[in-house]
Amino acid sequence: MAVTQVFGARVRRREDPRLIRGTATYTDDLALPGLCYAAFVRSPHAHARIKRVDASRARSAPGVLGVFTAQDLEGKVNAIPCGWQVPNCDLKTPPHPALAKDKVRYVGDAVAVVVAETRAQAHDAASLVEVEYEVLPAVVDMEEALRSPTLVHEDVPNNRVLLWSVKGGDFDAALRDPGVRVVRQRLVNQRLIPNAMETRAATAQYNPGSGELTLWVTSQNPHIARVILSGVLGFPEHKLRVVAPEVGGGFGSKIPVYPEEAVVAHLATRLGRPVKWSESRRENYLATIHGRDHVTEAELAVRSDGAVLGVRVRTLANFGAYLSTAAPAIPTILYGLVLSGPYRIPNIDCEVTGVFTNTTPTDAYRGAGRPEATYVLERMMDLAARELGMDPAEIRRKNLIPRDQFPYTVATGITYDSGDYARALDRALELVEYSKFRAEQAAARQQGRYLGIGLSTYVEICGAGPSKVVGSTGFAGGLWESAVVRFSPTGKVTVLTGTSPHGQGEETTFAQIVSQELGVPLDDVEVLHGDTDSILMGWGTYGSRTTPVGGTAVYLAAQKVKEKAQRIAAHQLEVSAEDLVFENGRFHVRGAPERGMTIQEVALQAYLAWNLPEGMEPGLEGQANWDPSNFVFPFGTHACVVEVDPETGQVKILRYVAVDDCGRVINPLIVDGQVHGGIVQGVAQALWEFAQYDQAGNLLTGSMAEYAVPKAAWLPWFECDRTETPTPVNPLGVKGVGETGTIAATPCVVNAVMDALSPFGIRHVDMPLLPERVWRAIQQAKGGAV
Amino acid sequence: MTVNGVQYTREVEPRTLLVYFLREHLGLTGTHVGCDTSSCGACTVLLDGKAVKSCTVLAVQAEGAHITTVEGLAKDGELHPVQQAFWDEHGLQCGFCTPGMMLAAVDLLQRNPNPTDEEIRHALEGNLCRCTGYQHIVNAVKAAARLMGAAVGAPAGGA
Repeated sequence: MAVTQVFGARVRRREDPRLIRGTATYTDDLALPGLCYAAFVRSPHAHARIKRVDASRARSAPGVLGVFTAQDLEGKVNAIPCGWQVPNCDLKTPPHPALAKDKVRYVGDAVAVVVAETRAQAHDAASLVEVEYEVLPAVVDMEEALRSPTLVHEDVPNNRVLLWSVKGGDFDAALRDPGVRVVRQRLVNQRLIPNAMETRAATAQYNPGSGELTLWVTSQNPHIARVILSGVLGFPEHKLRVVAPEVGGGFGSKIPVYPEEAVVAHLATRLGRPVKWSESRRENYLATIHGRDHVTEAELAVRSDGAVLGVRVRTLANFGAYLSTAAPAIPTILYGLVLSGPYRIPNIDCEVTGVFTNTTPTDAYRGAGRPEATYVLERMMDLAARELGMDPAEIRRKNLIPRDQFPYTVATGITYDSGDYARALDRALELVEYSKFRAEQAAARQQGRYLGIGLSTYVEICGAGPSKVVGSTGFAGGLWESAVVRFSPTGKVTVLTGTSPHGQGEETTFAQIVSQELGVPLDDVEVLHGDTDSILMGWGTYGSRTTPVGGTAVYLAAQKVKEKAQRIAAHQLEVSAEDLVFENGRFHVRGAPERGMTIQEVALQAYLAWNLPEGMEPGLEGQANWDPSNFVFPFGTHACVVEVDPETGQVKILRYVAVDDCGRVINPLIVDGQVHGGIVQGVAQALWEFAQYDQAGNLLTGSMAEYAVPKAAWLPWFECDRTETPTPVNPLGVKGVGETGTIAATPCVVNAVMDALSPFGIRHVDMPLLPERVWRAIQQAKGGAV
Repeated sequence: MTVNGVQYTREVEPRTLLVYFLREHLGLTGTHVGCDTSSCGACTVLLDGKAVKSCTVLAVQAEGAHITTVEGLAKDGELHPVQQAFWDEHGLQCGFCTPGMMLAAVDLLQRNPNPTDEEIRHALEGNLCRCTGYQHIVNAVKAAARLMGAAVGAPAGGA
C-alpha cells in the first residue's frame, strides 16, 4: 500500500509544458526533407454527374508534381469501408470511393487531388482543374429524401440507410392502462459541426529501402486507422506505421478514417516524396463529419401520479451522403438503448430510420447518440410534468432507479452498473436553491420578468466496452485496451497506452495511476501513446472510454510489474514474497522496516540479472490487455437558471449547476475541465449552433464567421459538484467524464427556457433557441403578427 | 523583421501571410492556423507589442516590426507568468488555441493589469477554444494578473 496519495489529487497536467511553450508537434507542424503539398479539388454541387475532368492546365502550372483523379487511383486506393455494420437493420453500405468517380454526392466531395512543391502552388493549381458537371436534383431534407425519386446512391431505394428498432415491454399495452395519459411532441435535434480547433491534416512518408510507409494523422485512433488503411491501400499492415502526434481536439470528428488520409498515404508511395495535406477551415466544414441531425416523434405514456409507463419514439437520422466509419452505431445502439435514461420505464419502443441525403456525412460528435436520447427523454419528462401539473423535480424523483436496485437492467436490455441518482438530483436542487428560486420566479413574473429553471437528470453509457458485446452490434473490432508499464534500469517508468488522448489529459491521469500503484514520483513516469510502431494495439480515445478501459489496463500492467518486483525483492532480501510489505515505493520485511529495497532499486537488479530467482526472465515490465465485463454508466443532474427578454427573445443563463458522478476521481482538476467543456458544447446546441443547408445542398453555415462556436463572453460561470459512486466494473472504480456535460446540458437549458416561457403557454421551441425563434414563439403565443 | 528578439531577412512572395512566414519560413510552428476567416485567434501574435491575428497580416506588412510568438514568451527558460498561470489553472486541454489565447491575454494584461472576469471574457472574444469552456482560461488570466502584480509589487487580482 502506498501512502502518498496521488490518486485523487489536483495534479497539474504533464502534457502542458510543451503546449504552453509552443514546442508541441501537431501534424501540420511536421517538416520533412523533400516535403510537397496536396490540395483537393472539391465539388461545388451537392449532386452531379462528373462528365469530364480536365487537369491539363493544372498539370502545367508551376511546381505541380501531379494531378490525380478517381481513374488514377483505380485498383490502388480502394473504397473507404464502414467499420460498424449494425446487424438486423437492413443496413445499406454503398461504396465510398476515395475520390468521387462518376457522381459527386455532397458539396465538398473530393474529385481530384493536386500535389505541388509548395502549399500555395498546390492550391493555385487545384483551382485550374476543370470539372464538367451535369447537375442533378439534390435531396437535403430527410422526410423528402424518403419519398423522392432522386437517389443519392442508385442502389439504395428511398435513400433509406437502415431501419433499426429496439423494443422492451409492450408500449401498446401501456396505453391501455387505466388513467394513462400520452404526451406527444415532435423534436428536432439539429445538425452540428464539431469544430475541433485543429482541422484535419495528414503527412505521409515512404521509405523505399525498408518498404515502410508512415502516416502522421489527426486521429483519435491510429491503430484503427492502420487496420482500415492497410485494407484500403492493399498495404501490408506491419509495414504501415500510423502516428497521431499532438492532436488538437476531436470531439468524435477524428474517429473516422477519411478519404484524404488514404490518398495522401498512397501519393507518398507513388511520388516517392513525403506529402502533406492540411485541411482549411472551409474544407473542415464541408468534408469533416457533422453530428446529430435527428427528427423524432416522441410519445411518453404516464399515469396521473407521474409514473412513466412507456416511451415510444420514431426517429429519422440523417447520415449525409456516405456511411462514415462508425455512423450506423450512433443513432441506433448508442441512442435507442439508452432511452430509459435514469428512470424505471417498463415499456420502450424505438424505431430509427436512417436516411442518405446530399449533405456532409455524419458520425460521432461528443456524446454521439446519447445526447439525442437524453434530449428526447428530458424534454418529454418536462412536458409530462407540465401536462400533469407536477413539479419537474418531483416527476424525475418519482421515476429514478433507486440506489438499492443496481445492477439494474432497463427495458432496452442493458444493465446499469451502479448509481445513486436521487442523491445527485438532491444535491443539484440544493445548490441551485430550487425552492427559493421558485419563489423568486413567481415574484419576477409579477414584474414582467421571465425567469426559468431547467433540470436534466441523465445517465450515460460509456467506457466501451466488452468486445464481444460491441462485436455483436456489428463493430468490426474489439474495444479492449492495452497497456505496458516498463521500468528502465535507472528506475524511470515508461507507460504505453493504446488509447490516444488529444486534450483529455491522460498523460497525467495515467501517470497518477502508476505513481500511486508503484510509489514512484510522478516525474519519473512518462506516458506515451499514438504510435502503432511502439504500441501493441489500441482502439483509441472516444466514447469516454480512455480512463475506464485504458486506465484499467495501465493499472493491471502496474500490478504485474509490482508482483514481479516483489518476487525479485524477496529473493534478494532472502525472505518469502508474502513476508514483504510494499509502502511508498519500497519493499521491506514485515516487522523489520530497515531491511528493504525500493522498487526503483529492484528495477536495476531486474536489468542487471545477476541475482534473480531461478528461471525468472530479466527485465521489469508489465503488459496487460483489459476487456471490461460491462460498460460504465456515469450520471448526474444539471440545473440551469435563465432569463428570457420577451422584447428581444434573448436568453441569458444566470446560473448553471452541474452535479456529476463519474465514479472515483483520479484528478479533479481535469474532471472539472472535461465537465466545463462538455457543458459548453451542450449549451451551444441549445442556444446557438446549427448547420444549415439550402435546398440545393449548399452549406450556408460554412465558416467560423457563420457558425456560432461559442465565445467566452457568452457563457456563465459553471458551479460544479460531484457525488462519487464507484463502478464495480473495473478495479479503479472509475467511469468516463468526457461527454457527460454535453449530454446533460442541452435539455437542461431548453427546459429552463421553456419554463421561463410557460406563462405564454409555450410548450416547445426547436433548437437552437435563437432570439428570433424565441421572439416569434412569444408573438405567436400572444396571437400577434409574426 | 525581428521575431522573438532575433532579426530575420527573407525574400517572400507578396501574398505570404505572416502566420505562414512564421511557420514555414522560420519554423516557428507554435503559432497555429485554425480558420480562414480571422475568427478563431489561434494565430494571434504580438506585433510591436499589440495582439494581431497573423493570418490577417501579410508578411511584408510586418517588415521592420517586432513580433513576439509563443516561443518568445519564456525568458531564459523561465515561463512567462501567463504561461505559468495557464499551466497552474488547467487553462488548456488540446493546446491548439493556447498560444494565441495566451498572447491575447498578455495584450490584455499590458493594457489592464487588473481585469474583471467580464473584461477578461470580453478581451478574449476574438479567440475561440472548443475544449475548456473558458472557465479555467478566465481563472488563468486572473492568476497571471496576480503573478504579474506580485512581480512589480503592485496590488493586483481580478474580481
